[in-house]
Amino acid sequence: MTIKTARNLRRISQVLFFLIFFWLILKTTFEVSFNPAEVAEIKLPYPVSLALEFDPLAALMTLLSSWTVYEGMLWSLVILIPTIFIGRFFCGWVCPLGSLNHWLSEFKSERRSFRGKGKIESNRYRPYQRIKYYVFFFCLGAALLGSLQAGLLDPLPLLARSIGTAVLPTLHASAAGTVAWANATGITLLAVVVQFLYDLIAPVFLTFRQAHFHGIVTIGLFFALILVLNRVFTRFWCRAICPLGAMLGIFSRFAIFGLKKDKSSCDNCNLCLESCQGADNPDVGMRWRQTECHLCLNCQAACSQGSLSFRFFPDQEDTQENPSGTPKVDASRRKVLASVIGGVAVVPMFRAGDAFQINRSELLIRPPGSHPEEEFIARCIRCGQCMRVCPNNALHPTLLESGIEGVWTPYLVARIGYCEPTCTLCGQVCPTGAIRKLTLTQKVGDKDTPPDRIGTAFVDRGRCLPWAMATPCIVCEEWCPTSPKAVYLEETVAVDRRGNQIKVKRPYVDPALCTGCGACEFACPVQDKRAICVTSVGESRSQTNQILLERHRKRPSTQSAVNN
Amino acid sequence: MKRREFLKCTGQAMALAAATGGTGLFFHNRLSNEVRTVRTKTAVFEVPFDPLLPRVTLARHESPQKALQAALDAIGGIGRFIKPGERVTVKPNVGWDRTPAQAANTNPELVGEMVRICLSAGAAEVIVADISCNDPRRCFLRSGIREAAEKAGAKVILPGDDDLVEIDIGGKLLTRWPVARCFIDTDRFINMPIVKQHSLSRCTIAMKNLYGTIGGRRNQLHQEIDQAIVDLAAFCKPTMTVVDATRVLLRGGPTGGSLDDVAVENSVMCATDQVAADSRACEFLGLRGEQVEHIVLAGQSGLGLVDYRAAGYHEIA
Repeated sequence: MTIKTARNLRRISQVLFFLIFFWLILKTTFEVSFNPAEVAEIKLPYPVSLALEFDPLAALMTLLSSWTVYEGMLWSLVILIPTIFIGRFFCGWVCPLGSLNHWLSEFKSERRSFRGKGKIESNRYRPYQRIKYYVFFFCLGAALLGSLQAGLLDPLPLLARSIGTAVLPTLHASAAGTVAWANATGITLLAVVVQFLYDLIAPVFLTFRQAHFHGIVTIGLFFALILVLNRVFTRFWCRAICPLGAMLGIFSRFAIFGLKKDKSSCDNCNLCLESCQGADNPDVGMRWRQTECHLCLNCQAACSQGSLSFRFFPDQEDTQENPSGTPKVDASRRKVLASVIGGVAVVPMFRAGDAFQINRSELLIRPPGSHPEEEFIARCIRCGQCMRVCPNNALHPTLLESGIEGVWTPYLVARIGYCEPTCTLCGQVCPTGAIRKLTLTQKVGDKDTPPDRIGTAFVDRGRCLPWAMATPCIVCEEWCPTSPKAVYLEETVAVDRRGNQIKVKRPYVDPALCTGCGACEFACPVQDKRAICVTSVGESRSQTNQILLERHRKRPSTQSAVNN
Repeated sequence: MKRREFLKCTGQAMALAAATGGTGLFFHNRLSNEVRTVRTKTAVFEVPFDPLLPRVTLARHESPQKALQAALDAIGGIGRFIKPGERVTVKPNVGWDRTPAQAANTNPELVGEMVRICLSAGAAEVIVADISCNDPRRCFLRSGIREAAEKAGAKVILPGDDDLVEIDIGGKLLTRWPVARCFIDTDRFINMPIVKQHSLSRCTIAMKNLYGTIGGRRNQLHQEIDQAIVDLAAFCKPTMTVVDATRVLLRGGPTGGSLDDVAVENSVMCATDQVAADSRACEFLGLRGEQVEHIVLAGQSGLGLVDYRAAGYHEIA
């Protein structure tokens, strides 16, 4: 196999893995199936979180923070173990965010650093590339104390989150907006053509309904920033920030595969540098850095003299003029230690703050089946799969509802969507088990099992129509899905300002029956701030966030199922 | 500076100034041209009254299909309602993400059979649609109605925002309201409610089932629910009403959930008078038509007869 063929294989591999990743995200959505056998419990036809389960960083960090490797996360070894032998092939051949960065870095540019000599210089190894190791060790320190921060910057969750909760909803809004605009012009031909194009993309790329996500702008802009930085430095994200790249670099310490340089044939043309992705010093005369190389093979393919060759056991003599490669991470022990200490120190700071426990937002309603907050924060990688799959658009990325520590973790906004009682999709797609897989019985409960509760509803008597405005309503009771209904009514006579006696039914909530699904809040006709609202109190996952004494006595037997 | 240069420079500046000022003046206090035209359309699909036939029929049988056939035959047979080549819309109650046994949605076997009967009568197309409360995909899946209807040969539509048109309903309370196209742009309309308890309107049967034809802020209609139901019933007059009383939800409606709240009645009704149909069907819930305000109000508004026996009632054992 010639080097050009190998490089083409790498290109095919990049496209293929990107398409698989993208397709899995598109399929992370509730699709109607007609098989009556599936009616009792609706399951997704594909293992849509598979790509995330191959993520070694998520596996390592959740291992450190929760001392368990959850279900499919063992797949990550398929990436990690070959890396130990051959280096960061994942970055150059597999990673979909890496590929995206690669492609965006390859456009022609007016920028000096992207042409000729400028490009050659910008592709030399630079100290800024150490940042990613500090990021990695910072996340590691935090994970040791049970706070999973790696998910913010881990490329696979990052891309899943960005596409699922920002890019695709934005595409949906633009497509719908274009159709509306075309219709408004009154030009029939234009409207027909635009509608045709819309119908073409809609079944593949758009969800059943337009999704609206809290915090979408922060996710979208962050993603855009990562993409734009490629126009300043080739693959800036991969070189400087990516903690997964750093981890794979560290695991390349004993690699037996590497670059061999031959000084005698080299004519110092620097073409190897011009096409280098990782900025790992592929040129003769500099020390090649195993930890930075993405194994993209561009340097060897660019070399007209055949001076460069990737091979097992490169076994190159180390001379002044032609130093051999090094597998060592270019980060001093002190700074690594300082980064770990930083991560370790930030967790007590988070916890000494109020958002985690003392003054936790009442709006922080976690998805059904979620672990207690401590365990949840230790497991959630913020991939957004639960938000994407939720058929009611009920789950959203938080901004500050769970403090800085929990940015972009999921929470329920009942005003936008309620938790469908018979739905267990969020737990099915969660790759790290922050949301447990619930059976239908565990979710809705039966005579022996209590239902999974995510909160409790409260009537705001100052806004409720029968309570405050002598007007009949009962919509909350109508929608309440528990049986018997947690919302119950008391018939009474209200008096309006003219003194008319009006028969109304006033709603009350029975906290023993309410599961906090939020259907009442969703359906309440008081459009802006609803007259009945759910808050997190009473959630099954918490021992302390309770109203009723009996919850302490009858701690659900699901506790045994929690520890998986 | 030369004269030519001076004229050129000031000319450019003046042109830009004129364009800027002109744009401001042109759009100043301009009315938005978004004046929406509202369609006025009635949804009257009734067949002419036949004095020889009853207005309401009821048949009991363990097989819902047989019960439907018997009730339908007694009211004149399908040929009276559907002519070959017509487009038929069937509107079952598919409001909630519930299984058939929980009796919150119309019996899927009954829906499937109705579709088959329409097609055998020569209908060009049968559409089954409803605007659900819960996620429509889940409602149509778990109720079994999507499967039953499609197997029988119907086209199932889950109306989205794009499928709604603003209509002047012309009611006392309901004026402009978004209605799903498939319920008005059709030749025949068959309303297929299930009998359920409802804590505000006391029962939800035929006329209340018409809520599912409209979109918008339905949750506000409860503030004057009786008038809202009557307005809808005055706007939408189905070809036939087929009431599913095979399983009746006595308590905890309209969502239900517990099988303890369900009574098995094995009955199916056909009706050309939706007021009389509601009046008869509410008896399954231990009510009488005279006790239910929206039924009484509909009778007073001349939409039908509360006294279903006077309207012509035939029961097949």
